[in-house]
Amino acid sequence: MTILKATDVGISFGGVKAVDGVSFSVSPGQILSIIGPNGAGKTTLFNIVSGVYTASRGTIHLSGENVTGLAPHKLAERGLSRTFQNLQIFQRMTACENVMVGRHLREKCSLVPALFRTPSVTRQNRETRAAALDLLAEVGLKNVADLPAGSLPYGACKRLEIARALAAEPRVLLLDEPAAGCNPVETEEIDHLIRQVADRGVAVVLVEHDMKLVMRISDRILVLERGRPLSEGTPQEVRDDPKVLEAYLGQHGAREAARA
Amino acid sequence: MRALISQRLIILAVLALVIAVLPFVFPSSYYFRVASLVWVSALAAIGLNILMGQAGQVSLGHAAFFGIGAYAVAIGPAHFGIPSWAALLLGAVLSAVLAYLVGRPILRLKGHYLAIATLGLGVLMALVITTESGWTGGPDGMPVERLSLFGWRVSGSYTWYWVTGGLLLLGTWIALNLDDTPTGRAFRALHDSEVAAQVVGVDVARFKLQAFVIAAVYASFAGSALAFMNGFINPDQAGFIHSVELVTIVVLGGLGSVVGSIVGAAVLVTLPQALTVFHEYEHLLLGLIIIVSMIFMRNGIVPSLSALLSQRGRS
Repeated sequence: MTILKATDVGISFGGVKAVDGVSFSVSPGQILSIIGPNGAGKTTLFNIVSGVYTASRGTIHLSGENVTGLAPHKLAERGLSRTFQNLQIFQRMTACENVMVGRHLREKCSLVPALFRTPSVTRQNRETRAAALDLLAEVGLKNVADLPAGSLPYGACKRLEIARALAAEPRVLLLDEPAAGCNPVETEEIDHLIRQVADRGVAVVLVEHDMKLVMRISDRILVLERGRPLSEGTPQEVRDDPKVLEAYLGQHGAREAARA
Repeated sequence: MRALISQRLIILAVLALVIAVLPFVFPSSYYFRVASLVWVSALAAIGLNILMGQAGQVSLGHAAFFGIGAYAVAIGPAHFGIPSWAALLLGAVLSAVLAYLVGRPILRLKGHYLAIATLGLGVLMALVITTESGWTGGPDGMPVERLSLFGWRVSGSYTWYWVTGGLLLLGTWIALNLDDTPTGRAFRALHDSEVAAQVVGVDVARFKLQAFVIAAVYASFAGSALAFMNGFINPDQAGFIHSVELVTIVVLGGLGSVVGSIVGAAVLVTLPQALTVFHEYEHLLLGLIIIVSMIFMRNGIVPSLSALLSQRGRS
């Protein structure tokens, strides 16, 4: 059963085809990794799928519905959530508030009760904060819950983004380099976290440069090169694909690797 | 969270105390008038601060809504025989509707472009008020009928001191309420990162519009209050200089700080009064003081001082 399906997606900036004819699909509980050299179009693909960019060709289906060209907040309403490669933290808010914003769609958000602070608003706030603190505990940030997010170190911000994305209770989660800048221990924690999320039935799409992590946790891998799909399959299949070796290591390196 | 609630109550209690105690030290009715001006300016600035400080959207034409509120209570009773209190509400509704209609297209703009578009709105409103002299009295302005509520005629500096003080308390309470709600968080989130707010489901256009409408309604009420208090209104209230004054109050006091807007209003309204002893150097000194305080308190008076105090407390 497919929940997210991209078909023949492409986008051009000026004359450059940043993404060109890429298709993939992912099912609930599955982890799909998208890898490729720098500039392969991984983040651009994420931006198309999450509605930040509008594809110039191809379609995106979410739970069977054609969602091509929908605004990001509309996609969020339909259960898609994501993190960013270049951090997009709400710097002036506390870590806890960052995650509370993630609960936005789970909250009643009418203006008049907010202005006069009815008891229901206070009650909802308490529930949202409790849920946010649980998520912060899950990513190991509970002790910094009330610090300004702008003051947190890089690795913590990465995990904060994951917590914020999870707060929306997504059915599809796009993670853009969650382990970038993390030490081995933190990477290990992120590994566990991603597995837990997938075990709950969330479809995870992962862009990541840490190949050990990718090979360990992916069900399937899609390799991009210069915006085009190069290879797709299980980690084993992709690892043994000579085209992939060539793209990563060059022709000479691929021959060396084949000999070894 | 509990700390936040009590902080809100403390701010309201201190403000109420200040409003209640000031009359005991005021030597003349002139002081009541100046203080009322502070309360009115603070009210408008608190609203603008929700737009600028919380949601991060600039408005350089905000006096337009101040003008609508002021002229609504002047024109409504004079030309249409509407009771003053109804004209006050009508002004607020008109401001909200205009903010909604104008905000929808222009809030798509960002940064400098939004600044110019709102500037245009302000200039346009001032132009309409000055040229439609049959309705507005043109550049000379027009008298405003006294507000009467249930047969009580609200007049005199002393009375208006309490009425505007009460309005300010109400406006402060509402602004503080908003901060820690889904709406307030959405404002602050889209200020820091629009794209991140969007991907967790915040409809950025809708919340920018909400902030713009809230700010417009605050300005409208402040404008109505000033018109009633003065018994007279002229186009300067809706003009560019007044828009800039409002922005200055917000930035000087501290973006995003409710207390900052009150302090900023107090400084910007009382300073010129205090500086009159310097005669022709008055404006020079005022400008200089604003420049120097922005250099040394870059985040505005209240956020800078509270940061300084908490640093002292720690060391």
